[in-house]
Amino acid sequence: MNISSDHQRPITIAMLALGGQGGGVLTKWLVDLAESNGYRAQSTYVAGVAQRTGATVYCVEMFSQAEIDRVGRDPVFTPYPVPGDVDLVVAGELAETGRAIQKGFVTPNTTTLIASSHRVYSILEKEALGDGIKDQGPVVEVARKAARNFIVFDMDAASEESGSVISAVMFGAISASGALPFSKQQFERTIQESGRAIEANLLGFSAGFAGAAKNVLPLVDEAIASVKPTGVNGEALEGRVRQSLPDSVQSMALHGALRALDYQDVAYANSYLDQVEKACEVESTVSTKGHDFALTTEVARQLALQMCYEDTIRVADLKTRVARMDRIRQQLGAREDQPVHIVEYFHPRIEEVCDTLPAPLGRFVLASTTARKLLAPLFRKGRHIKTSTISGFLMLRIIAKLKRWRRRSYRFGVQSALIEDWLTQVYAALIHDYEYATSIANCIEMVKGYGDTYERGLGRYREIVVLSAASDGNKADLVRKLRTAAENDEQGIAFAQAKAELGTVH
Amino acid sequence: MVERSFKKEVEKLRLGEGDEFAGEAILAVTKALLQSGVAYVGGYQGAPISHLMDVLSDAQDILQELGVHFESSASEATAAAMAAASVNYPLRGAVTFKSTVGTNVASDALANLASGGVTGGVVVIIGEDYGEGSSIMQERTHAFAMKSQMWLLDPRPNIPSIVAATEHAFELSEASNTPVFLQLRIRSCHVHGRFPTRNNQAPKLALRDAMENPVRDIDRIVLPPASFMHEREKVESRWPAAVEYIKSNKLNEIFEGKRSELGIIVQGGLYNTLLRTMERLGLADAFGESDIPIYVMNVTYPIVDDEIVQFCNFKQSVLLVEEGQPNYIEQSISTILRQADVTTTLVGKGVLPVAGEYTSQVLRAGLVDFMKQSASAWQPPDDPMRTVAEFIKRIEHNVPARPPGMCTGCPERPVFASLKMLQQELGDFHVSADIGCHLFSILPPFNIGNTTMGYGLGAAGAAAFNTESGKPAISIMGDGGFWHNGLTSGIGNAVFNKSDGLTIVVDNNYSAATGGQDLLSSRVNNENRSTEHAIEKAARGVGVEWTKTVRTYDIAAMRAALREAVDKKNKGPKVLVAQSECMLNKQRREKPAFKKAVGDGKRMIRDRFGVDEDTCTGDHACIRLSGCPSLTIKPNPDPLKRQPVSYVDNSCVGCGNCGEVAHEAVLCPSFYKGQLIFNPNFLDRILFGIRKALIGWLQRRTENRRLGNA
Repeated sequence: MNISSDHQRPITIAMLALGGQGGGVLTKWLVDLAESNGYRAQSTYVAGVAQRTGATVYCVEMFSQAEIDRVGRDPVFTPYPVPGDVDLVVAGELAETGRAIQKGFVTPNTTTLIASSHRVYSILEKEALGDGIKDQGPVVEVARKAARNFIVFDMDAASEESGSVISAVMFGAISASGALPFSKQQFERTIQESGRAIEANLLGFSAGFAGAAKNVLPLVDEAIASVKPTGVNGEALEGRVRQSLPDSVQSMALHGALRALDYQDVAYANSYLDQVEKACEVESTVSTKGHDFALTTEVARQLALQMCYEDTIRVADLKTRVARMDRIRQQLGAREDQPVHIVEYFHPRIEEVCDTLPAPLGRFVLASTTARKLLAPLFRKGRHIKTSTISGFLMLRIIAKLKRWRRRSYRFGVQSALIEDWLTQVYAALIHDYEYATSIANCIEMVKGYGDTYERGLGRYREIVVLSAASDGNKADLVRKLRTAAENDEQGIAFAQAKAELGTVH
Repeated sequence: MVERSFKKEVEKLRLGEGDEFAGEAILAVTKALLQSGVAYVGGYQGAPISHLMDVLSDAQDILQELGVHFESSASEATAAAMAAASVNYPLRGAVTFKSTVGTNVASDALANLASGGVTGGVVVIIGEDYGEGSSIMQERTHAFAMKSQMWLLDPRPNIPSIVAATEHAFELSEASNTPVFLQLRIRSCHVHGRFPTRNNQAPKLALRDAMENPVRDIDRIVLPPASFMHEREKVESRWPAAVEYIKSNKLNEIFEGKRSELGIIVQGGLYNTLLRTMERLGLADAFGESDIPIYVMNVTYPIVDDEIVQFCNFKQSVLLVEEGQPNYIEQSISTILRQADVTTTLVGKGVLPVAGEYTSQVLRAGLVDFMKQSASAWQPPDDPMRTVAEFIKRIEHNVPARPPGMCTGCPERPVFASLKMLQQELGDFHVSADIGCHLFSILPPFNIGNTTMGYGLGAAGAAAFNTESGKPAISIMGDGGFWHNGLTSGIGNAVFNKSDGLTIVVDNNYSAATGGQDLLSSRVNNENRSTEHAIEKAARGVGVEWTKTVRTYDIAAMRAALREAVDKKNKGPKVLVAQSECMLNKQRREKPAFKKAVGDGKRMIRDRFGVDEDTCTGDHACIRLSGCPSLTIKPNPDPLKRQPVSYVDNSCVGCGNCGEVAHEAVLCPSFYKGQLIFNPNFLDRILFGIRKALIGWLQRRTENRRLGNA
């Protein structure tokens, strides 16, 4: 016999909130909402835990006062949500939705699940040397099956657009979900009676109500954004791309060509396209069935990045652009007439400066210990440059103007040699197998950035190329494995281990 | 400025006869203390009773009106020793701290207090930090109750039960001359509910009357022969008196059920979880009506033998729900049943896990096993976890762990960024960590710290590494730990034993991890406390010669100080005070002040940091030296690049750490500081106009040429 069938049950709400999302405020609203409208409520939480960016679970239970009066006894509330028993789950972030599912809070036929589609990345995702982001696709897919009713929208955007806080948006979404036996007016009255930031909170509430009613998961656009030339040179390059390259490569190649044009000049962009066309030709010599020129597309992408490496000239150019300054003003929330200062944090090492020097001079300084020692004091400290002032702006513009001498710079020579060697490796690999060639083509991505990052990436890339060439196993797999290990940690512990394992296999 | 202000809520403490209190448990407990005529209260903050200290602090006025003395004790030992006031006088006192860590610290005083016994009731309110969200070793307070023979109350987690337990605790303490523990579990502390209030009582005896008419009884002092007498008293008179009080006041509860051949014995604090689990299994209803008789131990020590025997007798089997290990209660009940020749089967850790928190899911499994063993006809309903198992499996690799870290703009972050850079330069050091926010250094992205031995014990934890070495041991200590005991246990010890080690004292102006309570070294003017006592001065006072105070955000200075401190030519103990205000507290104060100043038309500058998305390489070296919540990542807006770029979100408070780190570690040129000027003055506007015109013209020219070319 099930003795609980005679009575009503409590309504159980679990909220998974991150630090700063106002889980405590939302909890208080829910308790007030219940207690002002004929319900008895209990809430529990662990104070201060969410604050330091961890996640915490707030639990609220509500019980009909009429039912309590009818039975004549107090209900027993739970201190923590019980799997299978949670009527409403609110997750203030997408991965936390997954955590709610993992905790068993979301069950079919019982749970209304309200989730925000935005991400707050965990430190483990953020600190990766490359892309450490965990795919939330499966979480959304599972959420649709696991919940009785799944409501998802970007609460973070809703709170920002409404100039409110995410807790108010959540409160609105809860109201719209219909999971609680209270009217919209009763919800709104709770905010009004709380007496704090009423107007802003009501705006957030409306945004949440509307967001939940619409219930739209923002799509992440995986396709490459299209690009349009704005001048004659660009148009000529586009003409060449459309004529000489297969459809599937065109978009990437056009991006690359326009990037090279922007980076240097027309000749540079054309030499870029020469290389892409050559890659296409080489790829055509082997069976490309089913690959749809994936290798050429990857070469087109990586080649553009390697040819348009970030040197001081490029950085100075990008930092003085109008779009960049507008973006900063917008991020700061500056009004039209509001002064803004931009202070750049520069700390070039002697290596970066030598990169921009004429090749013989750069080579000399880098090779000479005396010269290095003499110049060292100049590079010991970082520099703050105010690009919002005329002197600071002009200084960077002058550096940007060095572009016309770039081809004679030390780094340009080094970079050209690297690119040539890389393409040779890719084509050599293609003789072996297609997958391997694609993985080598992609592997050059590790060579990026400045200072230690650049040196570390370059060193590990070279090792991977050599090791995979020498291996007689599945080369593509090996590249993937070594690459993952190389990007696991800065110190190279995982990389060293992966290399050691390789030794024992042989 | 504390994490949460109770200034408004403490007004509820004035409720009287016939009123109803509605609110959180910590506030309800405070109300119960006042209704019981408490004369003094002391304690040391720590989850989950930090807010109890904050409530008391905010209730100074009310306490003073009643003549109640409240103190923020220097440590839990101080708090416990404070209860000495109840030994000779009929003064009721309450002290509070976190358990088991605080109880460890307090146990010397508690043991002495429990030996001599008390005249006035003493209640030790302990915040039990066990299970979910806990930050300490998982141990039981029960052992302390047993070893010192203090009574342990573990009431059902609802406000009326908690309030009743608090009031009974004083009576029980006085009836048995024994200090009493009142255990509040972590979620109970913040449970919301209501109870009918009574009038507050002024203490029966004023502290001042006691001071002016001292009473002395040598038999109450712990020194032989009295101490031998105390031990006998405990078992011969105090224990029986306690049992008598518990029985006659029915502190433990029995809820009858129709399956009288079965029974469940449960610690009061677990009652609600048990009941909900039973309800889900169809064994109880939402109002606590149960099929199986339940004996609720609101007093878990001492165990009342008669009640146990009476409850268990003639039952086929009884389930004991006892959380934590060792299973003291199970051992005790087994002996009681054996000695009373009761043949009932006692099932405890046999079906329930030996260790770990008893969540509903855990209890469910145990109950199902118990029922299968004891009532073969009974069938459990489907386990909801089984229906979702497939879902959980599907996303096992998609939900990132979310280890805690320092807050946005935390001043401790640059300390560990500097330490990490030092290690990159000189190799790893042995780092003895402490308790506090700074312990998050052991987690990504810093991964610094080898051991933690307890609050304030960072330096003491490195004491053995006091030998000639190229790399001295580095210890970390917070300002809280420093004043709690670290000054003597760590710094004084290092001086006395001629250590060459370095102790970094993280001085953020508050006991920050517990919610921002003031300390001796706090730089605020607190009218009830004496503050602004510099840590560096104290360290010098105990004989440290190499001391330095460095502003934490000044990474260059921090690195230089660290390099100097670990230089092996530099002999003797070193104390580096890393000073900057806790950002949470600072923002709590400054955010509204900034807003107001802007509103008042004052010229104000707001700093915010940013990363240029088109020069960021997606390597995230900056994040690995920071971990700031506001320094995050976003998908790369460049169609040619795949790796996410670093990005500073809107929560940035402009502390400058990320820019300084990028500077010092020579990371990349992508960081910038944006300064937004509110209410610009005449000069600002003129300069802005000129710059806008000139820079704008140059930019337009370049941009037009660029677009024409592209």
